[in-house]
Amino acid sequence: MSILSMSLVIAAIHLAVPIILPLLGGLISERSGVMNIALEGMMLVGGLTAVVFSFLTGDPWLGLAAAAVSGLISGAALALLTVTLRANQVVASTAINLVGAGLTAALVPIIWGTDGTTPSVAKIPPFVVPGLSELPVVGQLFRELTLVDYGTFVLVVGVWWVLFRTDTGLRLRACGESAESADSAGIDVVRTRFVAVALSGAFAALGGAYLSIVILDAFQAGMTQGRGYLALAALVFGKWRVWPGVAACVVFGLADALALRSQIVAPDIPHDLLLAMPYILALVALATFVGKGTAPAAVGKEFARA
Amino acid sequence: MSARVSSRRTRIDEELLRESLEINRRGHNGWRAEVLARAAAAGGTAAGRILSFVLTVLAAVIVSLPLVYLSGGDGALALDALIAGSWGSPIAAAETLVQTVPLLISGLAVALAFHAGLFNIGVEGQLVVGALSAGIVGATLPLPGPILIVVCVAAGAAGGALWALIPALLKAYRGVHEVVTTIMMNYIAFNLSTFLVSPSGPFVSSSQPSATEKIPIEARLPILVPGTRLHAGLILAIVLVIAVAWYLYRTPGGFSLRLTGANPRAARGAGISVPQTILRAMLLSGALAGLAGAVQVLGLFGRYFDAFSPGYGFDAIAVALLGALSPVGIAAAALFFGTLDSSAVYLQAQAGVSREMVGVVSGLVVGFVAAQPAILRLLRRLRARKARTRPNPSPDDLDRVLATVVPVPLADPDDAISHGLAETEATR
Repeated sequence: MSILSMSLVIAAIHLAVPIILPLLGGLISERSGVMNIALEGMMLVGGLTAVVFSFLTGDPWLGLAAAAVSGLISGAALALLTVTLRANQVVASTAINLVGAGLTAALVPIIWGTDGTTPSVAKIPPFVVPGLSELPVVGQLFRELTLVDYGTFVLVVGVWWVLFRTDTGLRLRACGESAESADSAGIDVVRTRFVAVALSGAFAALGGAYLSIVILDAFQAGMTQGRGYLALAALVFGKWRVWPGVAACVVFGLADALALRSQIVAPDIPHDLLLAMPYILALVALATFVGKGTAPAAVGKEFARA
Repeated sequence: MSARVSSRRTRIDEELLRESLEINRRGHNGWRAEVLARAAAAGGTAAGRILSFVLTVLAAVIVSLPLVYLSGGDGALALDALIAGSWGSPIAAAETLVQTVPLLISGLAVALAFHAGLFNIGVEGQLVVGALSAGIVGATLPLPGPILIVVCVAAGAAGGALWALIPALLKAYRGVHEVVTTIMMNYIAFNLSTFLVSPSGPFVSSSQPSATEKIPIEARLPILVPGTRLHAGLILAIVLVIAVAWYLYRTPGGFSLRLTGANPRAARGAGISVPQTILRAMLLSGALAGLAGAVQVLGLFGRYFDAFSPGYGFDAIAVALLGALSPVGIAAAALFFGTLDSSAVYLQAQAGVSREMVGVVSGLVVGFVAAQPAILRLLRRLRARKARTRPNPSPDDLDRVLATVVPVPLADPDDAISHGLAETEATR
């Protein structure tokens, strides 16, 4: 079996999307001036919410929608702490991460009585693209990807368009570069940031739901495995821009996919070391390529009207 | 350096700090009020600190009670079990102290970095590497008992420091935010340690899967109370509390570390090398974290077990913040979380509360600590509304406040941690 195949491409996409979605969330939040390192915790909450609602209704799409709502809520919680109450952004994010990890792990046995992993629920089915799926080789791609994968691509373009091509995006970025200037230009900094942080939660939660009801069909405690932080690394590495950030996510996803594939192709290479690949890659990327002065100037700074 | 010289040095340093705060706030109206407010927010006085400690714990416990009921547990029963399971008997009390030790030492690790304006979220990984180093050295080096203990403890500290080195260098000299890099190091540590004691790993025991060989009994930390698991790690933890307090508040090194955390620009102005201070703080923090892991291996398990830590390094963040970054406060906070940890098994059996609730409580504690400045701001505004014409704080007040120097990263969200990035970059 060749290691380079269509299945590898599909696996890479499947493993890149759950980093791309929180990346978009982080981008929106940090461009508005709020450092969001709570993506990981929000992903876990979204992942569990998706499974709960897919379990209750039997409809994975409702699970996905519920996950987005859960993300809005955890995002709003972070916004309340950081934007409204002007708490330290890193500390507040850590609180969300700890509560998210603890709560999701505690709720699984409460709801199902099982330890750690939920039972299987309905998952989002692959979407067979008429016509394209008949093609040789690439046809597999159009048979195995889901609507969520296509939707993610639309979201990437959408976020890029809104942030960098519209007035709304300009206003949001102004809050992230200089809250005082934005304020004097009549922009409601507090409201803009609040909405941005809440939205970033929704994106992160969708990333978690992607793991639990698109790739798998169950939630497992701690299943995000640091993807929320990989998204942050991609954000920094991509210099807070959409396309370089997405490219970094794709590289991480590919590294992940390669690690999984080499388990089959080259069982001699220790599996655990391969699993560390994306993190090592992220670290190397941060060490070698990050220049200075690329973060939004006001990120991490609280804002209060005088 | 004699004690007298060092104490005079410290006094001069305090003046420097005051000056730097003044420079920092000049141009602001009423900067003194600002300093006072920050001190208040950090719980500047002993009474304030104790009050905020108690309130934070109460708030976190109360908020998590509904979850206890939700899980089919009984809240009152849970509180009962909490006390009985942790302090109900001498054996339970000893077990609580056993659980407190790693939280206390890793809490000190988080706090030390915090004082320098660094958020070391990688304590968990450093702790694992420290434990692994101690376990490997203890199982392989053929040294006589007491010497081997010392070597193992040193190996643990060195392992933890080594794991903090890359993030420290990246932060100090390239301005890469330490949160992202230390997290990456965590995951690398988890995978690497699992590999090293996996069936194909080089250090796996021949009799016990996912563990190293046993460390000889003579090279383990002695048991303090026969019949319990309470080991000499407790003494080491207490010594470390004193050592960290002394280092932070009584040495020039500790002062430059705190000044860098409080105001990197002022530190630079005072001739302190900010990158070097960052490097030092991060390595010391990593060494402490490594010690926390080594103590578990040498005192409790007698060997390294894969995934032995239930997340001490993450709970340590809550411990450090609840303790308001002061070593004594951290000891109290560690005791609180040690109580939760040691009663966890009991709680599960008696009141149906799952172990993961400890994680929820630590998260809530961190959240409440984060919200503290806002709550205090609100209280002050209410008080100010009552007494509109209050005079500006006198310089005496300022002196009093500065005597209990403020853990600024906590008190002022606008400061060091979030700005560390920009500040370090400006130094280059």
